[in-house]
Amino acid sequence: MKILVCIKQVPGSSNVEVDPVTGVLKRDGISSKLNPYDLYSLELALSLAEKYGGEVETITMGPPQAKSIIDEAVCMGAKGGTVLSDRKFAGADVLATAYTISQGIKKCGEFDLIICGKQTTDGDTAQVGAEVSEFLNIPNVSNVLSVDAIEDKKLFVTASLDEKIVKMSINLPCLISAEGDINTPRLPSYKVKQTLTGDTARFFSFADFDDQNPDNYGLSGSATQVERIFPPEKNSEKAVIDGDAEEQSEALFELIRSKKLI
Amino acid sequence: MGKLVINHDLVTKENAKELTNICPFGAITYEDGKLDISSACKMCKLCVKKGGGLVTYEEEIKASVDKSEWRGICVYVDHHGDKIHRVTYELCGKACELAKVTGHPVYALVIGDALGESIKKLFWYGVDKIFVYDDPGYRDFRIEPYTAAFCDFINKVKPSSVMVGATNLGRQLAPRVAARCRSGLTADCTVLEMKENTDLVQIRPAFGGNIMAQIVSPDTRPQFCTVRYKVFPEPEPQKDRTGEPVKMDITPEMLRSDISVLSFTEKPKDIDISEADIIVAVGRGAMSEGIRAQAKELADLLGGVLACTRPLVEGNVLDAKHQIGLSGRTVKPKFIICLGISGAVQFAAGMKASDCIVAINTDKQAPIFDIAHYAVVGDVGEILPKLIAKIKEGSLDV
Repeated sequence: MKILVCIKQVPGSSNVEVDPVTGVLKRDGISSKLNPYDLYSLELALSLAEKYGGEVETITMGPPQAKSIIDEAVCMGAKGGTVLSDRKFAGADVLATAYTISQGIKKCGEFDLIICGKQTTDGDTAQVGAEVSEFLNIPNVSNVLSVDAIEDKKLFVTASLDEKIVKMSINLPCLISAEGDINTPRLPSYKVKQTLTGDTARFFSFADFDDQNPDNYGLSGSATQVERIFPPEKNSEKAVIDGDAEEQSEALFELIRSKKLI
Repeated sequence: MGKLVINHDLVTKENAKELTNICPFGAITYEDGKLDISSACKMCKLCVKKGGGLVTYEEEIKASVDKSEWRGICVYVDHHGDKIHRVTYELCGKACELAKVTGHPVYALVIGDALGESIKKLFWYGVDKIFVYDDPGYRDFRIEPYTAAFCDFINKVKPSSVMVGATNLGRQLAPRVAARCRSGLTADCTVLEMKENTDLVQIRPAFGGNIMAQIVSPDTRPQFCTVRYKVFPEPEPQKDRTGEPVKMDITPEMLRSDISVLSFTEKPKDIDISEADIIVAVGRGAMSEGIRAQAKELADLLGGVLACTRPLVEGNVLDAKHQIGLSGRTVKPKFIICLGISGAVQFAAGMKASDCIVAINTDKQAPIFDIAHYAVVGDVGEILPKLIAKIKEGSLDV
C-alpha cells in the first residue's frame, strides 16, 4: 500500500491586515507552520499504513523552505516527501496549483491512495484535492470521516454528505479528502527529529515535469486573477439598544427578523 | 496575465535586503548576491509598487476565449430527491440580478433520479430554462457520473457563468467540473457582480476573513463560483411562471463510476457548536434554571444551539461540549447572542470572529460590550421572555 498525503505550509498566524490607507498587506512576521488540517490526513494515512502495511509519502508545493513541513511529517512517521518548487509556479490559483501537484504526483510514481486535508487555513478554498483527482483521472470522495476497510483493491469509507452520512466503496487508486477533527494526530517524534538528515525531501521543478508548456503553471496557468485586495468593512460602530425591557426586546426581535433568523 | 522581472543591474546588497522585507509572503530571497523570487509569490505586486524599479511587471497577452459564444448563467440545483436545497433558490435570485446586466438567460441544471414535478418550482425563482439529467444511475451522488453530466451540459449549452451552492456536494462537484473545463473557480463568494463584457466579478474573504479579494476569470469560460447557504437573500417566488424542463440524453459511458454507495443514514441533529450558524450563549449572569430554559427555547426558535462559558461547565450546569473559549470550542456563527456574559478574554477569543454579536448584560462596563455589535444594557430575566413571546407571535404571521 503506497499512500501519498498532500500537505501545505501556511502562515503561522492568520493575523493579516490591510492598511486601509496604503492598501499594503501587514503581516506579523512571516512565521509558518504545517496546515493544521493536514495533521488529520497524516494521522489517517499513518494509521492505515500501520494496519494494512505500506508507507506514507508526502508532497507539497511552495518555496524551498516548505521542506520543513516534510520534515515534520517525517517526524510523525512518514517516509519522506517531495517539494514542488519553482518560480514558474508562482501566483498559481486553484487550477494551476492542482495541475502542478498532479504533474508532481505523476513524477513521484504510482500510489494506491492519495489523501488531502479538508482545506488550508490560508487559501481556505477546499477545492485543490478534487481538481487534483480530475487531473489524475481517479475517483475522489470528500469529507471522509473514516476509512473502514481496505479489501480487494477497494477502499471502504464513511463520508459526510450534507444531511447524510454515506458509506461507500471506492476502487483504488483514488483520492480522498479527510474531514477535520476525525482523529487525534500523533505528536512528532523528538527522537526522529534529532537524527534527521538533510535527505528527507527531494525537489522537483518545472524542468522535471512531463508537461513542458509553461503556460499551464503559475500565474500563466491560472484562470482566475485577483483584481484587488481590500480590507473588509469593519463593524466598528457599536449599536446600543436603549429603552426599557419592552423596547429592547422589540428592537432585538426586529434585528432577528432582519437577519432572517426566523 | 504577466510576470515579474528582476532588473539585476540595479540590485545592490542594501536595496535587495529592503526588497526582501517588502514582500509579505517571504517570496523574495537574496542569497550569494542573487535576488530571486520563489514560488511563495502571490503576485500581489507590492515589490513592483514599492521596490524602486528593482522589479517590474511585464504584461503578457494571453489567448482568450470568444466570450460571445458563451451565453447564460447556470445555477446547479442542489437537491436530495424531491427536496431542493434552499441555497439553490438564493442563487437563482442572484443569477437573475446578474443576468439583467448582460441580457443573458438563467439556466438551472438538475442531475438526479425520478425527478418529479417539484423541479418546475425553479421557474418560480426566475429560471428561464431547466435542463434535466434523469437516470437511476444518478440516484446517489457519485463524482464521475455527476461530473460527466455537468460537462455534457456545459459542452452543449455553453453557459457563461456557473453558480454552485457551497454544500459538501457542491464543493466536490464544482472543482472537478471546473478542472475538466480548465476554467476558473472561486470558492465561497460573498459578493457577485456582472460586467457588461460578461466577466463575473467575484469577491470573497481571504486569509481567514481579514482581507477581501476581488477575483475575475477574464480568459476562460465558463466562470465557476461557489456560494454558501444564506449569503444571498431568497427571492419571492413568482408562482405564475412555468415552463417545460428540457430532458438531456444520457449515454452509458456517462454513468461509469469507480464508486459504489453502500448505505446512508440521515445525520442526527448536530450539537457541534463550532459548526453552528446561530448560537445562544449563557454565562454566569444567566445561570438560573429558568433563564437557561428560556435560552434553550430561544436557541430552538432560531434554529441554533445553546453554548456557555466556563463557569457553567465547571458548575456542572452544562456539558463541556457546549463551552466557548480558549479551553472550549472556537465558534464563528453568523449570529451569537450572549446572555449574562461578562466577556473575559478567554471567552472572547473563542467567539469574537462571529459575524454578528449581540450582548445583554446588566453591567454596562462589561468587556463583552467592547466586541459586541449590538449592546443591550438590561436584565436578561426581563428581556428574554418578552423576546421569546414576540418571536412566537411573529412566526405566526408568516
